[in-house]
Amino acid sequence: MKKVYTRPKSLRKVPMHYCPGCGHSIIHRIIAELLDEMKLSDKAICVPPAGCAVLAYYYLDIDMVEAPHGRATAVATGIKRVQIKNLVFSYQGDGDLAAIGTAEALHAANRGERITVIFVNNAVYGMTGGQMAPTTLVGQKTTTSPAGRDAKKEGPPIKVCELLSGLNNTTYLERVAVNSPANIRKTKKAIKKAFEYQQKKTGFTLVEILSPCPTNWRMDPVRSCKWIDEVMAKEFPLGVIKETKC
Amino acid sequence: MYGTHAIGEAAIQAGCTCYFGYPITPQNELPEYMASRLAQVPGGVFIQAESELASINMVLGASVSGARAMTSSSSPGISLKQETISFLAGMELPAVIVNIVRGGPGLGNIAPAQSDYFQATRGGGHGDYRVVVLAPGSVQEMADMTFLAFDLADRYRTPVMVMGDGMLGQIMEPVNIPKKKKKLPDKDYILTGAKGRPPRLIKSLILDTKEMEDHNWKLVRKYERISQNETRWEGFLLDEADMVVVAYGTAARIAKGAIKRLRREDERIRIGMIRPITLWPFPTKALVEIGQKVKDFFVFEMSTGQMVDDVRLALEGKSFIHFYGRPGGVVPTPAELARSMARHYYQSKRKRRK
Repeated sequence: MKKVYTRPKSLRKVPMHYCPGCGHSIIHRIIAELLDEMKLSDKAICVPPAGCAVLAYYYLDIDMVEAPHGRATAVATGIKRVQIKNLVFSYQGDGDLAAIGTAEALHAANRGERITVIFVNNAVYGMTGGQMAPTTLVGQKTTTSPAGRDAKKEGPPIKVCELLSGLNNTTYLERVAVNSPANIRKTKKAIKKAFEYQQKKTGFTLVEILSPCPTNWRMDPVRSCKWIDEVMAKEFPLGVIKETKC
Repeated sequence: MYGTHAIGEAAIQAGCTCYFGYPITPQNELPEYMASRLAQVPGGVFIQAESELASINMVLGASVSGARAMTSSSSPGISLKQETISFLAGMELPAVIVNIVRGGPGLGNIAPAQSDYFQATRGGGHGDYRVVVLAPGSVQEMADMTFLAFDLADRYRTPVMVMGDGMLGQIMEPVNIPKKKKKLPDKDYILTGAKGRPPRLIKSLILDTKEMEDHNWKLVRKYERISQNETRWEGFLLDEADMVVVAYGTAARIAKGAIKRLRREDERIRIGMIRPITLWPFPTKALVEIGQKVKDFFVFEMSTGQMVDDVRLALEGKSFIHFYGRPGGVVPTPAELARSMARHYYQSKRKRRK
């Protein structure tokens, strides 16, 4: 019988700790599939973040090194400058990349480090229990914005792709989502493109992924997926934000 | 050669190919030197990072990739690096960190000081760990100890700090730079992509408490090995001394001058000196041995008194400990120090006669 669907080799055979409906497991799988398909698993080095996805190293069967909270792009810079032939990518959440690690991300992008950032935006701090993130939407209630985010006090959500797009050395920035089969396929395409650009040594690449966090959004998984389409994607428009062809 | 340049050249000779830093006085000549020097080294990487945080994390990345990597800064900048120094200790990654200490707390000033002793020898960041701290006393030693620091870092897979001060960094002295290493040690833990081997994981997160405890004790065993094998100190006129000065770095140089001056003025004065070269591990055993004969110790530091605690711990109340400290970036002259030393020396003698 022909096998049409199987566990990617780069994904370990262990149960994941993620909550039901969480986007991380989908994104892990996409990355693992791509590493297999592109034959990159023995060249890849991943820097997972502080947050729920720190345990990515139990799931992805590749070389991994932990980074302090927010510093993944700096660590990835150090790695890539030494291991120039390897595929180096960081996997970061919105708090990690757009709050505590903004300087590191911005400057790695500005230097045009030949790395890829997988930026998972779920609009909250997931692991610590759903506090307000830099990407929390205006009016969105979290444990630290109980009355909803107030743009006048807390500022509007930060759009990372748009922010980085003004920097000359960013070559590929795309925003995708993992809330539907069609969007999941687009996410895979986007990450693939980012990895390809990295191998062509063009510059800094980042894929922002809108990802559901049903637990902290206080929604069921189905509603969470709808919420991404109906609310989140209005603030964070999907699509290629910047692509410098070469 | 300038002290900071000697550090830079010794690092290059030791096989350092990666330097990451951020400007701060009084150590800017070191990143400047590395910027031009690493451009001539095959595979050399120099990045002026956006912050101290970024630079030490780039060191982490380069280190986990197998390169000999280094960063440098001065006191406030070293404070910023502490988080990742703790990670390096926990992940057991080698790194060399140079601290050209200035007066503090806060921004303080840019004058030579020794006020970072606590921070350096007590770990500095969060968690149960130690950092090997080397305290050079001359430009020659700046070079020698930088060279040694890379070997120690690799041998024990641990961060090593070279701690000088603005004085040692800025003075010029003749120096013999140690010769280039032919072969660097193989590393079986580094990340290169899992080609032909199982994937590797370097981390410090250990959620299981029993496992974390095991890891903590494993680090302690390593620190004990370092204490046994790597404790370094220098004695000066210790024979028949009845008072022993304890001082390191620039302070030890001034103390040497003061002792010579006093001995010249009065032959009956028998003051010697012990100069800790490793601040951690501290030369406790040597002090205990000396303490069996000598009852008076005179600690001199360019701070309000930090190393003096380690001297007290070593001697356990069995000797009398005198202290003279000059914080704030003040560098006393040998004559000033000699006056204080003589006062303590004669007072002790009188007391003992009574």
